[in-house]
Amino acid sequence: METGSVRSLRLDVRDWPGHLAGQHVDLRLTAEDGYQAQRSYSIASGPEDDGVVLTVERLDDGEVSPYLVDEVRPGDRIELRGPIGGYFVWQAGDGGPVMLLSGGSGIVPLRAMIRHWAALGGPVPVRLLASWRSPVDAIYTAEIDRLAAAGDGFGAVTTLTRSRPPGWAGEVGRVTPEMLARVAWPADQRPLAFVCGPTGFVEAVASGLVELGYEAARVRTERFGPTGGPDG
Amino acid sequence: MDERDLRLDGNAAAGALQELFGFEVTAARGRCDGCGAVGPIGALVLYMHAPGMVLRCAHCDAVMIRLVEAPDGYRVDLRGIRCLEITG
Repeated sequence: METGSVRSLRLDVRDWPGHLAGQHVDLRLTAEDGYQAQRSYSIASGPEDDGVVLTVERLDDGEVSPYLVDEVRPGDRIELRGPIGGYFVWQAGDGGPVMLLSGGSGIVPLRAMIRHWAALGGPVPVRLLASWRSPVDAIYTAEIDRLAAAGDGFGAVTTLTRSRPPGWAGEVGRVTPEMLARVAWPADQRPLAFVCGPTGFVEAVASGLVELGYEAARVRTERFGPTGGPDG
Repeated sequence: MDERDLRLDGNAAAGALQELFGFEVTAARGRCDGCGAVGPIGALVLYMHAPGMVLRCAHCDAVMIRLVEAPDGYRVDLRGIRCLEITG
């Protein structure tokens, strides 16, 4: 478990062709009566990692995520289709600097990009701005802190939107254009941005980046919704 | 939940589109027949709460792709795409 409601699962997929950082899988569950539910989940592991890791957040009214978080056991078999997607992916040749922005579990595909970046030896500077409601919701924090402390071109900033611990030195509140101007790469460096999170977060952040002067074509977005999207 | 929460993007349609066309479609760039804007299919606005998927232009909101997965196959309407650029 990553938190009380978030679990990472490592899948051993036969004949997995390999994936790009940012891609997802469609995962299908079939009930005994034949009812099927399908959801998309971002791949959390880098292309160089063993297996395919999915990080799943339990949605209490979800049809798929409660099973994946609470019930699935080592050795269970799951039907999936993938890897999927070619737009919201980062490859070293795409250049940089790279600006990653996540709302909640929207960090999952960005984490795959960070792992890929680290495996490549940090070819371009990368910054992450991660937004969480409160510190208990945050995932991958040890890994992110370690990479940021290494000083090899990776920087991370966290903003907390609901509650913050005493003495919190990070950012506070929702991502605003002012926060982006302070935290994100300056537009004149022609950054490549990846924004992933709930629809409202993605649309506010993407338009804030364009306002800052980011080229719209270099702001790639992935929204997830309450059902059906990469989060159910 | 407001209407905004129901709005996703073309990334979430990638699996169905790949199964249908046999290649990765979301990195391809489509030109909107309504306003002429060109952009990746992955960046289109997707509504999935209808029976099937509706992909709309992110600039003018015109319908570009309608896709329904039926038990016997797919029904797809691509009228809203004037041109699809597939590279790489």
